[in-house]
Amino acid sequence: MRYLPHTDADRREMLAKIGIKSVDDLFCDVPEKARLKDLVDLPLHAGELEIDRYFRGLGEENTQAGAVPFFVGCGAYRHHVPASVDHLIQRGEFLTSYTPYQPEISQGTLQSLFEFQTQVAQLTGMEVANASMYDGSTGCAEAVLMARRVTRRKKALISGGLHAHYISVARTETKHTDDELISFAPKPAAPGDDIDALIAAVDGDTACVVMQNPDFFGHVHDLRPLADAVRAAGGLLIVVVTEVISMGAIMSPGEMGADIVVCEGQSIGNGLNFGGPYLGLFACKQKYIRHMPGRLCGETVDATGARGYVLTLSTREQHIRREKATSNICTNSGLCALAFTIHMSLLGEAGLRRVAAINHKKTLELKARLADVPGVKILNEAFFNEITAVLPKAAEPVVEALAAKDILAGVPASRLYPGDPDLENLLILAATEMVTSEDIAALVEALKGELA
Amino acid sequence: MSMNSQGRASRADNIPGNADSIETFTGHRGLEQQEKLIFEVGDPSRTGVDFADPGKFDPAFGGLERHAPIGLPGLSEPEAVRHYSRLSRKNYAIDMGMYPLGSCTMKHNPRLNEKMARVPGLADVHPLQPQSTVQGSLRLMQELAHWLKTLTGMPAVAMSPKAGAHGELCGLMAIRAALEARGNARKTVLVPESAHGTNPATAALCGYGVKAIPADSRGRVDLAAFEAELNEDAAAVMITNPNTCGLFENEIAKLADAVHDAGALFYCDGANFNAIVGRVRPGDLGVDAMHINLHKTFSTPHGGGGPGSGPVVFSEALAPFAPLPYVVEENGAFKIKEHPDADDTALGRLTAFHGQMGMFIRALAYMMSHGSDGLRQVAEDAVLNANYVMASLKDVMTPSFDGPCMHECLFDDRFLKGTGVETLDFAKAMIDEGFHPMTMYFPLVVHGAMLIEPTETESKDSIDTFIGMMRSLTRAAKSGDTARFSGAPYLAPLQRLDETRAARNPVLRWTPPEQRAAAE
Repeated sequence: MRYLPHTDADRREMLAKIGIKSVDDLFCDVPEKARLKDLVDLPLHAGELEIDRYFRGLGEENTQAGAVPFFVGCGAYRHHVPASVDHLIQRGEFLTSYTPYQPEISQGTLQSLFEFQTQVAQLTGMEVANASMYDGSTGCAEAVLMARRVTRRKKALISGGLHAHYISVARTETKHTDDELISFAPKPAAPGDDIDALIAAVDGDTACVVMQNPDFFGHVHDLRPLADAVRAAGGLLIVVVTEVISMGAIMSPGEMGADIVVCEGQSIGNGLNFGGPYLGLFACKQKYIRHMPGRLCGETVDATGARGYVLTLSTREQHIRREKATSNICTNSGLCALAFTIHMSLLGEAGLRRVAAINHKKTLELKARLADVPGVKILNEAFFNEITAVLPKAAEPVVEALAAKDILAGVPASRLYPGDPDLENLLILAATEMVTSEDIAALVEALKGELA
Repeated sequence: MSMNSQGRASRADNIPGNADSIETFTGHRGLEQQEKLIFEVGDPSRTGVDFADPGKFDPAFGGLERHAPIGLPGLSEPEAVRHYSRLSRKNYAIDMGMYPLGSCTMKHNPRLNEKMARVPGLADVHPLQPQSTVQGSLRLMQELAHWLKTLTGMPAVAMSPKAGAHGELCGLMAIRAALEARGNARKTVLVPESAHGTNPATAALCGYGVKAIPADSRGRVDLAAFEAELNEDAAAVMITNPNTCGLFENEIAKLADAVHDAGALFYCDGANFNAIVGRVRPGDLGVDAMHINLHKTFSTPHGGGGPGSGPVVFSEALAPFAPLPYVVEENGAFKIKEHPDADDTALGRLTAFHGQMGMFIRALAYMMSHGSDGLRQVAEDAVLNANYVMASLKDVMTPSFDGPCMHECLFDDRFLKGTGVETLDFAKAMIDEGFHPMTMYFPLVVHGAMLIEPTETESKDSIDTFIGMMRSLTRAAKSGDTARFSGAPYLAPLQRLDETRAARNPVLRWTPPEQRAAAE
């Protein structure tokens, strides 16, 4: 077995040192009836070749995003990741190191986390950020819990434009706390109504308002009036961004008055990976850091006065606080955060702004071309790289039919809102820098055929 | 001066004192290179990515363009590669040496797993693609589920939890849902004092009070104290088995029966599954729910702190309360169930999509590589190695408990009594010897704990080197060589860091010097 170094002679010598005859003696504390005499009913060990064949076979059963015209978004986006990113994160010193609890021999991880936190703060327009969360959805739920700790209020108002899965996750996480989550119905055809309804509902009991921007249907919102209303009522504005590239073009949540910003950071540095592992970004104002969940990396000095970094403010965490900890989360998304940091360092502000502009221009092109398809209407006026089309019939069978022709046309809203007649005909499409004009032409032709 | 065949000097005849006294002009010390933050070397106008200029066009942002500078420096590719390569060299890693962190299972991370996770047909797939286009991914999830269920002897598994603690949350929420369905959620969760800190934190998040159960003199759950707390208020018990002292809870069957007799449920923290995989099935021990850290037992890389993955196996009693989404097979096709039926008792979502697919691929590649025979050998070698370490150190260090251990061995600081050396100093001196320290001050049930987990992927030679090093350090501590410990590490990229200062005045981001000066 290629991963196990011992020879039988090694094992014999070691047993002799321990003073026993058989390794079975070491399992003497296991109740007799629970000791398996035989191997479990699974295949025997396999070589690299067999494993390689098996996984490639599974891959062939899928439609690979990059092999077809591809317009799927809704919280995960296909972007170009520079070749050096994956090369660097596979350096064994990063890949195979543990959480940096021994800072003297973990400065590589720690300094890159410090860079990550700074990049996230700059990108979101906030003062500070943590060392990452599992993903955007769990980060969003943690932000709701954090707002509760800060304001000591229970009511969270949730925009109808927040990704439906994020709402579900927040509901699950607060199931056994007495937080009150009030979610508004999605209004994809009248995006302004969503913010008006939230502003009207904010009151002195409101802990937070959760708003996604661009929202699930692709609409870009001016959050400043909402931020003013929430601030006036003493609550916190939580802004969720599921497409972080958008912040290279659109005013940041911080500039629009957010108190906490949560993002799905997958777009930068990380591939689609069928939904995970992804990367939650979590940023807030400096004054709230002691209420923040998750790991934090901070600057300090060593015994000689040299600058260095450590994990800090661990008194918020479960190792010390146990049942009084701010959250039960005990990890971050370390390697995904490193990929983000390297990719962001390669982009820099100039590269980020350019890739954001390309995304938007592609989407303008997509919108214009879709407008030519008879019966199709686009709902978005202000958007980034995602738009919602109203089809003349239910979207889901259309998407299936196009998939059968090797075109991945987007996400039917019914995938997230099954049985909602108002949303049944909606198709949400994203166009990133990966999309070509030929892809758009193929989509438009196929759609014309399907809707004719 | 001696010369090599090219006529270059191969050895200096006059070394000026010792290496420490050499001051360099650059601050670098040979291969140990200083590296500034990217914010100090990058430039916002520089980029390492080439995209064609999209030209001028009218955007549709509703007048919300981001005009103000973002403040993100860029690097060209050679600069970025050098920057992160230099940083990487300041890390210890499994690839470089033994990582004896108890309770963390720092085993070798096979590179085949990395390669498989990057197979384009598996990596480049979107979670919301039509299900007909992701049958390979769904089949893979079902196959991994089958391996996990078979290895644990449990009938159901929830795949979506993102990490061990997330799995705990999933498991305890299912327990609460099952109890609510019976009409009474109950009030408390019993957690041994030796438990990971996430256990009580999770119980609190599920709305339960926590009752701490002490350990007995043998390092196991104190059965009498446990039974005394096991009343009609008890919803569940969370037991790590093998426990964090590295011991198998030999009364586990009795514990499980008592829990069930009291109408409560048994959560097992599966962090230490590596010790028993292929030899013991938790389902045979009366467990109702257990998370499995794929990044421990099944070798997915720790990556400097995540991403993890924490699927949870369930007993029949809890299976109906597993979270959404889950994969089902219908007429030879796989479907992912994303929404509850009207009478569904499933928990809601724990995460936006289907779980840590990239980790599933790696874990399954690991399992299939080992097979049923190799996995059993994993447990045996892991346990053998820990007992070998214990047997080789017990005459100079102080094991906390008698008898064989499982995959990790626990020492306390009695052997350091009177030496002036504390557990922390001892651990930091290990760094100078080229090793990552063991887990320190955990579990909390012994004084100055040192928890050593060699894992099965260390060779005998590597373990013997470790043992020799530990014996030498022990001898040094006892012989009064305290300077070796008190300031250690001396030979790491940095010396001991001031963690108090970091917490007292948190600096969590880089700030331009002029702003920093203005703020002070």
